[in-house]
Amino acid sequence: MSQIQEKTQIIRIDRLTSDIVRLTLDAPNIASVASPGQFVMIRTGETNDPLLRRPFSISQTSSDGHFQILFKVVGRGTDLLSHCREGECLSVLGPLGSGYRIDTSRPACLVGGGMGIAPLLFLGKRILQNGVDQRPLVVLGARNREELQPLIDDFADLGLKVHAATDDGSLGHHGLLTDVLKSLDLGPECMTYVCGPKPMMAAVYLFCRSKKYGCQVSVETAMACGMGACLGCIVPLKKGGYGHSCSDGPVFDAEDLLWQL
Amino acid sequence: MKFVDSKTPAVDLQVSIGSLTLKNPIMTASGTFGYAKEFEPYVNLHRLGAVVVKGISLLPRAGNPPPRIVETSCGMLNAIGLENVGVDRFISEKMDSLNGVNVPVVVNILGDTLEEYREISERLADVEGIAAIEVNISCPNVKKGGVAFGTVPEMAASVTKAVKESCSVPVIVKLSPNVTDISLIARGVEEAGADAVSLINTLIGMAIDHRSRRPKLANVIGGLSGPAIKPVALRMVFQVAQAVSIPVIGIGGIETAEDVLEFMLAGATAVQIGTANFVNPRASEEAVEGISRYVADQRLQSVRELIGGLILAD
Repeated sequence: MSQIQEKTQIIRIDRLTSDIVRLTLDAPNIASVASPGQFVMIRTGETNDPLLRRPFSISQTSSDGHFQILFKVVGRGTDLLSHCREGECLSVLGPLGSGYRIDTSRPACLVGGGMGIAPLLFLGKRILQNGVDQRPLVVLGARNREELQPLIDDFADLGLKVHAATDDGSLGHHGLLTDVLKSLDLGPECMTYVCGPKPMMAAVYLFCRSKKYGCQVSVETAMACGMGACLGCIVPLKKGGYGHSCSDGPVFDAEDLLWQL
Repeated sequence: MKFVDSKTPAVDLQVSIGSLTLKNPIMTASGTFGYAKEFEPYVNLHRLGAVVVKGISLLPRAGNPPPRIVETSCGMLNAIGLENVGVDRFISEKMDSLNGVNVPVVVNILGDTLEEYREISERLADVEGIAAIEVNISCPNVKKGGVAFGTVPEMAASVTKAVKESCSVPVIVKLSPNVTDISLIARGVEEAGADAVSLINTLIGMAIDHRSRRPKLANVIGGLSGPAIKPVALRMVFQVAQAVSIPVIGIGGIETAEDVLEFMLAGATAVQIGTANFVNPRASEEAVEGISRYVADQRLQSVRELIGGLILAD
């Protein structure tokens, strides 16, 4: 197994908005083996409160041993992380879980909402590195232009055109990301790689099912350990019982999950 | 000749749990260490005193619906619902890899009825590589109106007796702290033949989201663990160690070698590290290193000198 616990140094902190932060960490052992859709568990402080590590998907790696995470401040853990300084060290476990299974034989469409856009950058990069006949389509949604623009810029740097949707219409389509998806010519046999809020992923899955497209979703659940020990991070499966998002996922074939549609 | 690990001074860390001798007093707690394999990337498993695997029931259990865990101040609540593969799949799928890690394996068992406890113990009795059985008596007894086995001395004693009669390995009974007087339960299981007691299991707690006005766990209530419960655990270990003459294994919020020392001074012969494994997967091995250094630095003959060494008055 290639997962490790690594003391990593914060190389760079980018505050994309008042509450969205991108951290660049120097973690050569993790960055060199991570694959798109995998995640890390980060200790947000030295004390016992908050106690547990926080899971973050890897939003990209670099060949010089760095990786990035992207997060919005939603609670005490992310608040503490957002106040870290460059040069500080963080304890990181990773890379964890099983990520996206890139199907090189099918055209790809990356669909991301909000912070769910994070792992798709890594995935887009990897798909391009693999070499493909058709460049992946990218459909991204967020609340407004302020949140979405910096994330779109990352994809533009890869030379990927982004179809956007925002809740307030300040950038791209005014409304749901699935409306954009429906308006695009995805071609037959498309494989969608999805990450975002649950209702969004459910809507994308419904659309894919009707078109007989493949659909892989990255789920987000609370988790204590990230490595298959606590059994806290479950998602209901269609066949009955539960899958564990840390070890069976976080990326699942949408077909295998039990959706409350 | 054996290799000497340069990191670990050659000190006597051995402790005994019934007929089982552990090379050091550090174990991992059930439900926090998977089936040990999960921790192989982080921990030199053979350096631990023992590992206690996830609780096993007679039949597989799917566990509770989500959300199953929630973080609380300096701790966490869980309501996993005893998800496990069942005793048969445990034996056929998990024992091989457990035997490969060269560390004593303690199997934690649970049941809804006395008969279930008996049957699991019988199935485990002939399995090679099981060093001891730890009995979780915090489960509700479905034949006694759902009252937890561990809350009534007579019921706790009858489970202990049933398991003792069904297997030959040492039997550790894991006590619930959710009782009026844990010493009474401890004495009950000691008289019934338990080789050791381990305590505490989680404290029953609850968390509420005031915005949604809903409980944070689907199961509404769950078990509190982590540093938050350490003072309660220390107190109960202290009390039980004075009430029984069998070894006491301390559990509850232990993260570091310093915590281990405190539990041993309170009367614990060994300890289990639980929730800390989630935060620092190397916690157990680091505790072994720390205790080893302490015993060497203090020039103790053995770690056993610490057991019950609390100074109460000058």
